[in-house]
Amino acid sequence: MSIFEYNGSALVAMVGKNCFAIASDRRLGVQLQTIATDFQKIYKIHDKLFIGLAGLATDAQTLYQRLVFRHKLYQLREERDMKPETFASLVSALLYEKRFGPYFCQPVIAGLGDEDKPFICTMDSIGAKELAKDFVVAGTASESLYGACESMFKPDMEAEELFETISQALLSSVDRDCLSGWGGHVYLVTPTEVTERILKGRMD
Amino acid sequence: MESVFGLVGKDFGIVAADTSAVHSILVHKTNEDKIMVLDSHKLMGASGETGDRAQFTEYIQKNVSLYQFRNGIPLTTAAAANFTRGELATALRKNPYMVNIILAGYDKETGPSLYFIDYIASLHKLDKAAFGYGSYFALSMMDRHYRRDMTVEEAIELVDKCIMEIRSRLVIAPPNFLIKIVDKDGAREFAWRESIKDAPVSTAA
Repeated sequence: MSIFEYNGSALVAMVGKNCFAIASDRRLGVQLQTIATDFQKIYKIHDKLFIGLAGLATDAQTLYQRLVFRHKLYQLREERDMKPETFASLVSALLYEKRFGPYFCQPVIAGLGDEDKPFICTMDSIGAKELAKDFVVAGTASESLYGACESMFKPDMEAEELFETISQALLSSVDRDCLSGWGGHVYLVTPTEVTERILKGRMD
Repeated sequence: MESVFGLVGKDFGIVAADTSAVHSILVHKTNEDKIMVLDSHKLMGASGETGDRAQFTEYIQKNVSLYQFRNGIPLTTAAAANFTRGELATALRKNPYMVNIILAGYDKETGPSLYFIDYIASLHKLDKAAFGYGSYFALSMMDRHYRRDMTVEEAIELVDKCIMEIRSRLVIAPPNFLIKIVDKDGAREFAWRESIKDAPVSTAA
């Protein structure tokens, strides 16, 4: 089994009309055994910037702690929050620092940039950025997620429709992957509010 | 293979571990204490490589004491768990500790809590956790019978059920278990569950 499949994860982010949604599964496993069904994979950096970390849980936790540290330092020096594009470059740089001994994580970054324009991107474990206009996926269920998102996505969806679409895409994909699932965690972010919802799917 | 498991009840935490120290096919001793008392209100049950287990848990215990000496107040369970994870994570890519940890503690403000810390430093706060081959039996037993508001008697009954399963279904089952409890009155040994006693050692006159 690959080290990326040790804990199991599914992450997806989608762009809507002046909003974005980022969703993850909730399983923490150790290979075939499930340890927890409430494990958080999406972290808030600031009100308009979220990062999801797929892959090895220990590296996701370490990487998250390092990113929060860097962002807090940035906030103290610049007296403002980081833009999503800047944050994505920061994550990419941190990952490439460990080029020959990498963090086994695949991040999914989603945020609202200048004039609240939605921004999403993903990268591989050594920091190769992949910008997208519609959706990005990561984790052990990524292949299923690509298919589900490609067929369900429409551009310029409103917040409620975006939530429905991302939830259906996530739940149908994790049902085909034994290492991810046990519910879903969806964050819907508009310029004015952040809505966090827990999904109940197949608990197996 | 070593079994450690733990659970959290209404206002207490329990950690149980087997007590055999094994080296390949030889059982060195059957009364090895694998649950370190970190401070007055914390228990750290550990399983894994014997030397790493003893060294690492002692290192954490001494650092927890040092914090209390320097700052005059004890660490919270969450802080101790995160410190432990930090030490494991730093060592992971240099000289990893092959130790799996269940950390249970009681804080006055937040009550009992239990933390699962993998040997590769994955940290998660849980109500029940188990490591080792015994985990296949203990986790299933706990999934069936566990409730968040259990009393001590009910929890010990559940722990005994888990030990019964491990003894009857694991091919190389450890004979003896030690149970420790932590609640508002502190962390202490609760009971032994022995099926083999070491022969008493005669000393020189």
